[in-house]
Amino acid sequence: MPDVVIDSGEGTPSAPAAPVATIPSLDAATHIAMFARCLAIQGSWNYEQMLGNGIGFCVEPALRQLPGGLDGTAYRQALARQSAYFNAHPYLAGLAVGALARVEIDQVAPMRIERFRTALCGPLGAVGDRLVWASWLPACSLVALLFFGAGMSTVGVVTGFLILYNVGHFILRDWALRAGWRYGLRVATALGHPVLQHGPRYIGRAAAVVGGLALPLAAHRAIGGGAPLSATSIAVTVVTPLLAWLLVRTHGRVEGWRVVLLLLAAFALYSVVR
Amino acid sequence: MMLDAAVAGELLPLAFLAGVIGLDVVSFPQAMLSRPIVASSIAGAFFGAPVAGLVCGAVLECFALESLPVGASRYPEWGSASVVAGAIAAQGATAVALPHPSTFVLAVAVGIITAWVGGWTMVQHRRLISSFAHPRLDQLAAGNRRTVVGLQVFGMTVDLLRGAFLGIVAFVPAYVVIPWTSAHWSVSENLTRAVVVTCGAAVAATAVWKDFHAISGTRRLFLLSLSVGTALVVIGA
Repeated sequence: MPDVVIDSGEGTPSAPAAPVATIPSLDAATHIAMFARCLAIQGSWNYEQMLGNGIGFCVEPALRQLPGGLDGTAYRQALARQSAYFNAHPYLAGLAVGALARVEIDQVAPMRIERFRTALCGPLGAVGDRLVWASWLPACSLVALLFFGAGMSTVGVVTGFLILYNVGHFILRDWALRAGWRYGLRVATALGHPVLQHGPRYIGRAAAVVGGLALPLAAHRAIGGGAPLSATSIAVTVVTPLLAWLLVRTHGRVEGWRVVLLLLAAFALYSVVR
Repeated sequence: MMLDAAVAGELLPLAFLAGVIGLDVVSFPQAMLSRPIVASSIAGAFFGAPVAGLVCGAVLECFALESLPVGASRYPEWGSASVVAGAIAAQGATAVALPHPSTFVLAVAVGIITAWVGGWTMVQHRRLISSFAHPRLDQLAAGNRRTVVGLQVFGMTVDLLRGAFLGIVAFVPAYVVIPWTSAHWSVSENLTRAVVVTCGAAVAATAVWKDFHAISGTRRLFLLSLSVGTALVVIGA
């Protein structure tokens, strides 16, 4: 991850600036505690505060360093500020957690912290959704189907998928927390990282290739293997694109799994009553 | 038919598994243990039929590709649902066997229905947290540490119980009807598998087609690699 800092004020990238001069130290125990809590950041997700309480929960170990400690006014005021409404992608919320912990420890003016906090919500959600939910997760899922189609064992498919996905997952979370702490108010700089900006494009292309390879192989194994030119295999090869075409045509009106559930129910009924 | 003693004794661990996997969907730690291909395989292995769980999980994974777990939207909860589906698929299967045809259809259908109901329970769970938080907003505004931590623990505990309860409620009735569907199933094994797999593959292909449409050239790449994948199957690679 880059060390060059671009001074971006409170949310918009602008001209390059000098690297951050002094970064307050964050001891390993506090860092680990914050990281571990970030894994549970959505534990109290709800429609009123969304991620708000989770942010307070994750920032809390760092706030103990404020003057007065756990019983101090600064601690309570900071925790109250950080537990208010917030929304972001859970993996990139670490950027907010690190940055908000940093500005609290730096004792930035409360009004400025609140404006900064508000400005952070939108970009972290959009960038994370695009990178993780719409790219990395489906790509890893298709790789798992490729493993399955290639004939790997159950243990191989499951561990292969979990390792692949979570290498990206935990690296992203750890980088986010560290970058947030390093940049503080200038955390928008981190959002300009090439992986966040261009990652979805490359991952999407790779996923399309993997998906194309995986689906026929996985379908062949799931129907029990056997001769590739059997009537069953040929029927699957012919009917699948037709059904897919119909589902694409209904895009936006009905989800595929709903249609398929009806088809399966009708098929099961036919099979047991005929 | 009622539950036999062996399966009844496994309900509690199954509920625990469904709870833990359900917790992974949103609350903790989102390491994707809750993806169908993982959760169903684990449940299948728990009942002594990992391959049956894996095959069922692969089909459900195709459906799960379609629903992105984005923010506040309601989406199917595939974690606990896949545990239930994997457990059903494993019934009557040996360690290395594919699921029995009727059980396969039942497992996939129950998996989809449970995922849909699970999405609804997640909405209720979020509303419950709001209700629990509401009388405590003053304490949160005062920066009360115990309230912040307590709210987090409450949300995760209820989510664990939600998944466990959903797992049991979905598994027991499905388990009870397995012998009946097996006895009355009249369509051939090959055709049954073909229907289920066609449905899964079609939904997955649709998902890839739609998800990456904004990236130029992606659809051409997909069609090209689809041709290569089909050729690999034909030549028996």
